[in-house]
Amino acid sequence: MKCILRYMGAYRWRIAWGVTVKFFASMGELFIPFLLEYMLDYIVPHKDMKRVLLFGGIMVISAILVRITNIYANQCASSVARDCTRNLRHDLFSVTMNLTGSQFDNTTLPSLISRMTADSYNVQNFIGMIQRMGIRAPILLVGGVFMAMLLDWHLAVVLLCMVPLMACIVIFVSKHGIPLYYTVQENVDNLTRILRENITGIRVVKALSREDYESARYDKANEKLTRSDLRAGAAMALPNPLMNLFLNIGLVLVIVYGASRVDSGAMKPGVIITFLVYFNIILGAVLGINRIFIMYTKAGASANRIDQVLMLRDSRPEILTDAKKDTKVPFIRFENVSFSYPYLQDSAESNDREYAISHISFDIERGESLGIIGSTGCGKTTLINLLMRFYDATEGRILVDGIDVRAYELSELRKKVGVVFQNDTIFADSLRENVAFGRDISDEELRAALADANILSFVDSHEEGLSYMATKAGANLSGGEKQRVMIARALAGNSEILILDDSSSALDYKTDASLRKAIREHHPDATSITIAQRISSVRTMTKILVMEAGEAVGYGSHEELMQSCDIYKDIYQSQMGGADNASA
Amino acid sequence: MPPLSAKTEKPKDTKGTFKRLMAYLGRYKLGLFAGLVLSLLANLLALLGPKFAGSAISAMEGEAHAVNFKLVYRYAIMMLVLYIVSCIVNYLLSLLMMKIGRSIGRKLRSDVMSKLMRLPVGYFDTHQTGDIISRVSYDIDVITNSFSTDITQIMSSVITVVGAFALMLYVSAPMVIVVVVMIPLYIMYTRYMMRKTRPLMSRRSAMYGTLNGFSEEMFSGQKTIQAYAHEQKSTDDFDVHNNNACDAFYKADYQAARIGPTVSFFTNISLALSATVGSVFYMKEILDLGQITSFILYSRKFSGPINEVANISNEILSALAAAERVFRLLDEKEEVADLEGATVLDHVDGNVELKNIHFSYVPEKPILTNVNLKADAGKLIAIVGPTGAGKTTIINLLMRFYDPVSGEICIDGNEHRNYTMESLRKAYAMVLQDTWVFHGTIYDNIAYGRSDATREDVIAAAKAAHIHKYIMCLANGYETVITEDGGNISKGQKQLLTIARAMLYNSKMLILDEATSNVDTRTERQIQSAMRALMKDKTCFVIAHRLSTIQHADRILVIGGGNIDEQGTHEELMAKKGAYYKLYMSQWE
Repeated sequence: MKCILRYMGAYRWRIAWGVTVKFFASMGELFIPFLLEYMLDYIVPHKDMKRVLLFGGIMVISAILVRITNIYANQCASSVARDCTRNLRHDLFSVTMNLTGSQFDNTTLPSLISRMTADSYNVQNFIGMIQRMGIRAPILLVGGVFMAMLLDWHLAVVLLCMVPLMACIVIFVSKHGIPLYYTVQENVDNLTRILRENITGIRVVKALSREDYESARYDKANEKLTRSDLRAGAAMALPNPLMNLFLNIGLVLVIVYGASRVDSGAMKPGVIITFLVYFNIILGAVLGINRIFIMYTKAGASANRIDQVLMLRDSRPEILTDAKKDTKVPFIRFENVSFSYPYLQDSAESNDREYAISHISFDIERGESLGIIGSTGCGKTTLINLLMRFYDATEGRILVDGIDVRAYELSELRKKVGVVFQNDTIFADSLRENVAFGRDISDEELRAALADANILSFVDSHEEGLSYMATKAGANLSGGEKQRVMIARALAGNSEILILDDSSSALDYKTDASLRKAIREHHPDATSITIAQRISSVRTMTKILVMEAGEAVGYGSHEELMQSCDIYKDIYQSQMGGADNASA
Repeated sequence: MPPLSAKTEKPKDTKGTFKRLMAYLGRYKLGLFAGLVLSLLANLLALLGPKFAGSAISAMEGEAHAVNFKLVYRYAIMMLVLYIVSCIVNYLLSLLMMKIGRSIGRKLRSDVMSKLMRLPVGYFDTHQTGDIISRVSYDIDVITNSFSTDITQIMSSVITVVGAFALMLYVSAPMVIVVVVMIPLYIMYTRYMMRKTRPLMSRRSAMYGTLNGFSEEMFSGQKTIQAYAHEQKSTDDFDVHNNNACDAFYKADYQAARIGPTVSFFTNISLALSATVGSVFYMKEILDLGQITSFILYSRKFSGPINEVANISNEILSALAAAERVFRLLDEKEEVADLEGATVLDHVDGNVELKNIHFSYVPEKPILTNVNLKADAGKLIAIVGPTGAGKTTIINLLMRFYDPVSGEICIDGNEHRNYTMESLRKAYAMVLQDTWVFHGTIYDNIAYGRSDATREDVIAAAKAAHIHKYIMCLANGYETVITEDGGNISKGQKQLLTIARAMLYNSKMLILDEATSNVDTRTERQIQSAMRALMKDKTCFVIAHRLSTIQHADRILVIGGGNIDEQGTHEELMAKKGAYYKLYMSQWE
């Protein structure tokens, strides 16, 4: 909630002004029934037609004023909501864009998305509503009670007796009703999960003719969801009729007690009529406060989730200032680097740290190439994450151009690199924008990069050429086309370092080979790092690093490794043939 | 509160959709009738309240010491009973309507699921998972909520307005003139506001949709964006979408901000008018004070329903739009049914033949043209070629996930469409590159598809797939639960699980589509013998990137550009120095 207040603080004067207007508007609303009472009890008995019309006229004018001021205040409130949310979203987006790898992983992508969408929407509605309902309902409640007191405090006390009862209902519902919705949410998630499993696994389900079984499994979850939903609904449907009932009981008591006060001459019957009008106002205010309360719980939870991300604002990695340039070392150097993913530390059941990589050292000279090969999950991608400083090494250090990566401004370090990640992204934008990606690159250079990536002919086959629009996640491109566009993106900047992480898996051998040739010939100065599953993709590299379970088990040229590294030989044998091999 | 439905979209075929929704509602005729009765009762009781209050006050009129207590108490007790009954009736009513709404929701969800199970694989290839899921969760939710609350609201609004009007007439016919003046104003204003607000609301939804889509895309590509130091630029782009969304929000809200105060305004005006006119009538001794009270209370009852109508009509429109999307899914063309007289394929030898197969997913883009292939029982057929050449398509045709445009596929000499779909598919075992596991125990994941398998069978299959040892290392062994995305086990282990699944599924024909691509090379070597055992005596169709794995196939098909370019053994094709030779040699380039 603090987070919302912080953003509202910037507009405190506009809020103060709007709230003041709203205050007078609400007071005006209370004033109208007061006029009614005065008219019925003091003017009507004197049969003073002129004054009746005068007071009627005042009521009409008040109503008009109330309408104008209320509308003005409401519009003022939504302008505050608009501006607060715009700032909030801007900050949330820019913080998210700058999150480090471990922060991003810890929060998870779906959760970040829902914070940006559903949560910011909840907050926006809340900011608008709290300035209207949040002012109006309490004023109407307090003012209504106050006016009722003024009219006849005996009657007001009778009505107030109902307040604790109504408070009980609100407490009961928030204690017992809201948790029921957590169960409903679990059941919804469960049902959605089964559905998603069936959609993604439709080939297996159909191949094994499990359609009926799956339908039955789904129906069971569906039934469970419906039942829990009804249970929660039954609890949440209680407050409204009950609150109505309690207030109405109060009303009956007011009439009964009022009757004896009228009888004793302590008050006039007109008071009861006005009282009933205030009573309706109070009823509306109480229901409104109930709604604010529900809204508050929802928006508070959302605001906290957003704030968790915003708090990460200042936790970008520190830039080392005292690092000196070491001129005698190779272009890229890994010195005894070990790393364990931070989120694994917390969840690991054992006390030993689970190292994603341990004690990795290697050197690459400028213009040389490094191939990294090894099974999935052996830590290949981690090396890239450390080199580009998405994470910081737990031990050891990494030098680029003789300087510790932690001493670079992040953008300076990353500008040196052209990279294609595993499962990288194509954006819903033109191919030009996808390749240039905000960098200042001419069309000729883009075309050269596309040619090197073997995709230029595809681009030219479309009438729009470079302006051809890729749809979301590149859905209108095939796997191979996507990979080649992303490779072109990496090549286009003529970066000093070129990193391809498993980015040719969808390419056939021939395309892969011509890509390697193009890099060799057209980017001779680039220092390249290629991660691959296929031995043919790394065989020609200056040096090859063979990894297994986070450790380097071989390092050297192809010829050296064929002599010294059994695992490398093993992989070579199994992939490049000769040995009889029955697996697919 | 202004109407703030998150998604206001106009349905296209309002009438048709409405009719079909009514058919769902029709199952609950009795419940609906009960709902109507309860609603009538609840609202009439609520309307009687002011009447009694008025009568009670009439009984106090006059000077002090003249209150008719007997009457006051009688009316008070009547009010008390009335409010208690009304409270119970209201609660029952909302329970009943909720039950009907949720039952319809359940029925719709269940219908959609069984529909999905009958749709051809092609549907899932061409529709996004997220979109299908949002129809089941979001759209059906909107419909359910609409049924649960809107119907009650409509009934109660109608009854309240009609009832209040009737009672006002009963209390004082001349005073009704005041209200009669107000009614057309109410209606005109509501219609005017709806016309004005709705386009703004849909624009707002559209803008939020764009904003959400943009954020989702940027967050998904966050690492790439950082790698290319593109954060600032993407934040600038975001600001544009954000501004648009905020402005659209403000414009819609700016309009909607008028609704609440205006409705209150009408209420206050009718209060002022009723009071003034009432006072005049009182002075002329046409009315007494109690009647004025009742009348004022009734006139306040008018405003509620009017405000609701604006809210509800938006909700109903969203519900109809949602229903339309759901019905569109329910109307999708189903998977072809078994031919009449289709027989069960039980004794399979495993001879498979493709004759003159032509196939395309979309008519103008042929994928396979005139493909012929003969696979004798027990032979190993390897399929190689560049991505997108149609390797997986052949698998799709064999499994009848798709049917060819022309040509036939025979099993043991008989066209395979003459067999029942279920028995045909059961004749194949399949391991795909996209490993599929579901949320459940490891045991269930292996035994999936073979409900008759014993525990020994499952363990034997796991041992053969070299995954048994790993499973036994887990705290709960075979009872370990795999999470939704299989996040707690590695990709390689998932693939071994699916291999174990195929091992258990003892069939005559086997399909391996990049089956060991996620298994690391060493494990791959370890399971070689198991794979060989799996493939033994089976007709195997193997797709693989690594050419080494298919060298000893009985026949290698090289697919390129929709045709089988070459066929033959490894040696034959190498000698030919054609496409296969080039592909093979490019490994050394």
